[in-house]
Order: sequence, then structure tokens, then C-alpha cells
Amino acid sequence: MTEIQYVAPSTLDEAISAYAAASGAARIMAGGTDLLVQMRSGMVKPGLIVDIKKVAELNAIEQTPEGGFRIGAAVPGAVLEEHPTFGKVWPGVLEGLNLIGSTQVQGRASAGGNLCNGSPAADSVPALVAAGAIANIKGPNGTRELPVEKVPAGPGKTNLAPGEILVSFTFPARPKGSSDAYLRMIPRTEMDIAVVGCGVSLTMEGDTCTAARVSLGAVAPTVLLVEDAAKALIGSKLDDAALEKAAAACSAACNPINDKRGTIAYRTKVAGVLLKRTTAIAADRAKGG
Amino acid sequence: MAKLHVTTTINGEPTEFLCEPHHTMLDVLRDTLDLTGSKEGCGSGDCGACSITLDDRLVCSCLMLAAEAEGHEIKTIEGMADGDKLHPLQQKFLEMAALQCGICTPGVLVAADALLKKNPNPSETEVRYWLAGNLCRCTGYDKIVRAVLETAAEMRGAAE
Ligand SMILES: Cc1cc2nc3c(=O)[nH]c(=O)nc-3n(C[C@H](O)[C@H](O)[C@H](O)COP(=O)(O)OP(=O)(O)OC[C@H]3O[C@@H](n4cnc5c(N)ncnc54)[C@H](O)[C@@H]3O)c2cc1C
Ligand code: FES
Ligand code: FES
Repeated sequence: MTEIQYVAPSTLDEAISAYAAASGAARIMAGGTDLLVQMRSGMVKPGLIVDIKKVAELNAIEQTPEGGFRIGAAVPGAVLEEHPTFGKVWPGVLEGLNLIGSTQVQGRASAGGNLCNGSPAADSVPALVAAGAIANIKGPNGTRELPVEKVPAGPGKTNLAPGEILVSFTFPARPKGSSDAYLRMIPRTEMDIAVVGCGVSLTMEGDTCTAARVSLGAVAPTVLLVEDAAKALIGSKLDDAALEKAAAACSAACNPINDKRGTIAYRTKVAGVLLKRTTAIAADRAKGG
Repeated sequence: MAKLHVTTTINGEPTEFLCEPHHTMLDVLRDTLDLTGSKEGCGSGDCGACSITLDDRLVCSCLMLAAEAEGHEIKTIEGMADGDKLHPLQQKFLEMAALQCGICTPGVLVAADALLKKNPNPSETEVRYWLAGNLCRCTGYDKIVRAVLETAAEMRGAAE
């Protein structure tokens, strides 16, 4: 292996200056469950590793004054799972994040790393997109916000500028009767990569759906926000006609790869099926809570 | 290149070591500290043979840089028995023949111990999901799962 340096700064500003100064040769490390595997296989050869696990903002779980949540980008899935209320308000986001890998991987893997790694099949990302989560970003030129769906730029690529670090995710306050869900299709029952992933977030007033966001993973070069599917659900009683229309919108949005894990035809069809199943779970939770 | 000097705690003992920035915790445990109980099956987070705890949280030591141990507390399989007295999980694995070649066993034991500390009364499904990241080529898992459930029952009985 070539010469690498390691730093673990304790403030965000130090992390940004170290990261920006190394201009491109540096890599941020949160849980390292993607980065260390990629380094070992020789896929990436960073000159500097900036470990962000000592930076408070990146590891905090907070309630916002608006009644939402702010979750540090480096918070591991196992830690978020232990939070007393987050999983009650956002069960879909938590189930997406908690599907990542084994118990051991859960102890380290973060939503920020899952998003910044840029995999189209990243399991927490469709749920984050459906939730309407905002990515809070800070770099040498200050802070900015991006909706999560605007962060991925293609397989392995993000729209973060050089030197920019993803600091946290902000989740909006939830109106009464709201919930979410995430489902993925995998050939096994555990430890596998999504062939299709679907995140749905809903607000129900009685039997009527008054707000919805739908997102698909693993069916295009980036995770997709499927606005047409949401439109088909909003205003409906989630009856068969509305679900068929939303499922068709999901299939139409697909632009998947063809590989041994799933053909184009299979992924396109499963996207619609998963939409229906995920919506049913989210609606059930929304009515219950 | 200057080596990093790391001060940490391993199985309750204050420990210092030198490492390269790219060394994993598993590299240092095995090659520098001679704690060879943790095994390398894959080096990529898939097999769980390298399982340790970092501040009591179960992780793969092959997916952790040794430098990250600074100021934290590491526990490995070597810290499981109390001197010559085996941990109830170790004892039960022997009694119930929950191992064959033994390569996966240290990781399975560390992971199972972490489970029982968090949940002293797991269901079979919970044991299977918790241990999904610990691969075993030999036992077919049934004996492992049964040994963990038996130990849990025994430890609950002893605690009453
Ligand atoms: C055995 C195993 C099973 C897995 N199973 C799954 C699975 O089922 N589903 C799934 O989606 N993934 C899976 N993964 C992949 C991986 O665990 C996830 O993508 C995880 O969420 C990555 O998070 P991390 O904190 O470990 O990221 P890291 O490895 O630390 O970082 C990933 C990438 O993002 C960058 N980065 C991280 N944080 C930031 C930040 N705050 N700002 C800017 N850039 C940043 C890093 O530089 C790196 O390029 C698996 C991995 C392993 C080893
Ligand atoms: S060696 Fe670490 S998981 Fe296989
Ligand atoms: S006993 Fe041989 S791998 Fe598990």
C-alpha cells in the first residue's frame, strides 16, 4: 500500500481544512465499511484519511426547534436504532439503515457514508429521499443545503464539491397520521444487495392520503424520487386504481442495469410490486400512529 | 513515514502500540500484539471471524483502522474467559459440539456474548439475525444457535 496519513480532528472546521488542503487525495471516513473495503481491493488509494467520528456535529442526534430531527451524517445504524423516539417517527428510514449488512457492520455503517458512497442500491437512501430529508453540507466556502435526492450524481459519484463534507440530515416535523416504510427485494433473507429498493412516506387523514413521497433504489444510475407515483397516491384512498397507477409510474421511471442479480424486465416489474407493498405498510403505520 | 503511537485499553489492560495509518485493528491484534484469537476470514466485513467490541459495540476488526483505537476500549476473544474458567458460552459450545474446525468460533463467541449482554432472552430468530454476519463452513449453524439459546437460558437461571 502507498503512504497514507490518518487524522481524526475534533472540530468540523479542522476536518474541513484538512480535507480541503489535501485537494482530492483525501477521503472522509465515517464507519469505513465501504472505504476500507475499497482501499483493501485497491479501488481507492487515498493519501489522507480524515476520520470524522470525533466531530460532535457529525455524531449528534437532535430534535430541531421545528419539531423534526437532525441526525449527524456519521451516526451508525446501531446507535440510531437505540434512540428512544426517532424510529417511532421515521420507522422506514430506520429500517432502511438497519438493513445494511450484519450486526457488526451496523455498529459502524452510517447514513452519510451510505449516501456519499454513491451506490444506486444504497439501502438507506430511498427512505431518506421519501422522507424529504435535507443534507446539510459544509465546505471551505461555507454551508449549503441539498435535498437528499440531489446529492448522488451517478454510481460512485456525488454533487459534493471538493472539500465539502456532509454534516447532517434534517428531517421535517411530521403532521399527525404520517409514517413511512422501506422494502427491498433481495434473493436471500439477509446480507445482500438490493435488486430493487422502495421508500414511501405518507400522511393519511382518515382513509385519504393527503401527502406522499416515493423513491426507488437500484433501478437507475442514482436513487430516484418518483413524483408521478406520489401524485397518483395523493388525494386517493389508496384504492386499487390509485395503486396500479402509482405502480405503473414506478415501472416507467426505471432505467436499470441488466445483470445476473436482476434483468431489466424483472427490476422494472418488481419496482411496481414493491411500491404497492411498501405503501400498504406505510399506510398501516400512518393510521396506527 | 512516521508510525502512529496509539494508547488504548484491550481486555481491560492499558495498551500502547505503534502502527501504520493503513493498518487495521485486526492487523495489529494479530501481528503486533500476538492476540491471534481474532481470525481473518475475508478482510472485507463479510465473515465475522474478526469480531471484537469497540466500547462494547460489536464490530469487525478488519473494517476498523488500528489508529481508531486511540482512547477507546477494545475487547477480544482473549478477554472472554475468567483466567482458567471458561465463559458459559465457551463451556456450552464445547459441551454441545457447536464447532468443528473452529475458525469461526472466536468471532461467533464474541458476537453471541454481545447479543446476550444486550438481550439475555433472545428468540431463535433474533439469534439467527444477530449472527447473520458470522459465517461458518462446518456446523450448518444449528448447533451454534442451539448452544447460544441454551447458554442464555442457563445464564438467566443462574441470575435468578
Ligand atoms: C459486509 C457488508 C455488507 C453490506 N451490506 C450493505 C447493504 O445491505 N446495503 C447497503 O446499502 N450497503 C451495504 N454495505 C455497504 C456499506 O456498509 C454502507 O454503504 C454504509 O452505509 C457506509 O457507511 P460508512 O459510514 O461505513 O461509510 P464510509 O466507508 O466511511 O464512507 C463511504 C464513502 O462516503 C464518503 N463519506 C462518508 N461520510 C461522508 C461525509 N460525511 N461527507 C462526505 N463524504 C463522506 C467516504 O469518503 C467514502 O467514499 C455493506 C458493507 C459490508 C462490508
Ligand atoms: S475478516 Fe473481518 S469480517 Fe471477515
Ligand atoms: S466451525 Fe469451521 S467455520 Fe465454523
